[in-house]
Amino acid sequence: MIVAGCDVGSLTAKAVVLNQTKIMGFAVIDARSNPARSAEEVMQMAITVAKVGRHDIKCCVGTGYGREKIEFAHACFSELVCHAKGAHWIMPTIRTIVDIGGQDCKAMRIDNQGRIEKFITNDKCASGTGRFLEVMADIMGISLDDLGRLSLKAHKPACLASACTVWAQAEVIRLVGERTPPPDICAGINEAMAARVATMLGSIGIESDLCMTGGVAKNMGVVKGLETLTGMRVRRLSIDPQIVGALGAALLAKEEVVQ
Amino acid sequence: MIVAGCDIGSRTAKAVIMEDNTILGSSVMRDKPDPEETAYEVIASALGQAGKTMADIQCCVGTGYGRKQVPFAQALESEIVCHGRGAQWLEPSIRMVIDIGGQDAKAIKLDDKGRVVRYAYNDKCAAGTGRFLEVMAKPLGVRLEDLGKVSQKSSAPVKISNQCVIFAETEIVSLINAGKPVPDIVCGLHRAMAHRVAALAKGIVVEGEVGMTGGVAKNEGMFDALQDALGVKIRMIGWDPQMVGAIGAALIAQEMAA
Repeated sequence: MIVAGCDVGSLTAKAVVLNQTKIMGFAVIDARSNPARSAEEVMQMAITVAKVGRHDIKCCVGTGYGREKIEFAHACFSELVCHAKGAHWIMPTIRTIVDIGGQDCKAMRIDNQGRIEKFITNDKCASGTGRFLEVMADIMGISLDDLGRLSLKAHKPACLASACTVWAQAEVIRLVGERTPPPDICAGINEAMAARVATMLGSIGIESDLCMTGGVAKNMGVVKGLETLTGMRVRRLSIDPQIVGALGAALLAKEEVVQ
Repeated sequence: MIVAGCDIGSRTAKAVIMEDNTILGSSVMRDKPDPEETAYEVIASALGQAGKTMADIQCCVGTGYGRKQVPFAQALESEIVCHGRGAQWLEPSIRMVIDIGGQDAKAIKLDDKGRVVRYAYNDKCAAGTGRFLEVMAKPLGVRLEDLGKVSQKSSAPVKISNQCVIFAETEIVSLINAGKPVPDIVCGLHRAMAHRVAALAKGIVVEGEVGMTGGVAKNEGMFDALQDALGVKIRMIGWDPQMVGAIGAALIAQEMAA
């Protein structure tokens, strides 16, 4: 039985095609001008990769910020449920998940069945979300990928005093002006990000194993910063952390069919 | 006896020259990269207006974010104390001052002598500070000092759903692209910001006469929005509200020299 999950976020759209227990194909694209188009294009790509036809898909579940606009979805679930489902399926020992999206951040605790026990979200303040890193990378004139890569070469990480993205922006401009080595600034940015996320995690309590999902999980500077601050290992998932929500949606699609 | 107050803020610098409870001269200017140079320049300009020289000043008190960089100050005092003192001297009935600066906002409760009883302060989050309006003015193509006038042309203010400066900026850009009239967006922004500042003031309980100081108080749209958000009338200060901190500093200098 072939099913699919489609996660339309604020910055990217993700789709996964699943056959029983195997991911047949997936795709990640930058969000298009409207969520319906993002969904259509990313799903078409995933289907092409999976080498299946549209009609082969028994059920598709939508999730993410733009989920209500996905025309081909049979049902919709919140990102929280989908990330929990996806992370649990990949690594059943996971009990705490941090999902950092382009415009929000969520931390959740799950039980041994992948059900949510506790969660906290932030979509009110850009600090601690992907947007924070995006703004900083923009000032530095580097890509988001470089922000993670460069920070690993830091000798003396800069210290950002402000949590607010606007104030931190001014601090980074000053550091650039003072000719602070870019790797040190990048490390400071990633550590500030990790500090904010660690505070959120602290409020729901961390239980091992801990993992990160969403695009920011690919930034090793943030991952390592979070490990230092929490004193806990962040488990690396065997799939692209950005597609965990779409995978969870596909797993829920499978359940829908069974029911 | 001639005294001075010098308030070096995050965005602008202010200086006041005073003689026996009378303001002889005052000046406000945009900060230069070097705060010491800023301090010298602003005091020179105020002295020029007063027809006095540096040697005439018996005592000068420095205040504001950059107060430690005022080389000619004999003493330093916090902005909170100075705004309280200045506002109460200008309008003795005031018991609460709301000061919105370029990078912070404060709500200060005063006793009948202008002494600080309690205060609340935000410099952690740019929302609810002057920076909020500064950032938004750019995509709107409106000068910061014109925001007040523009907002008064609004007929149907837009509701801004984001408080965060970063998220609100994106929201503004979409509103502009959606063809919403600029005055309606500006008015919505004032309301959003007023809501935030009012929450700060309400945290320490709003009682008695309220006054507004700092550069943002010159924005009539913000003034009205804050009145609505607080649900009380705000008393107009009979002097440039941006100068209140420097006036308070000069008053303290006067006491010190006496």
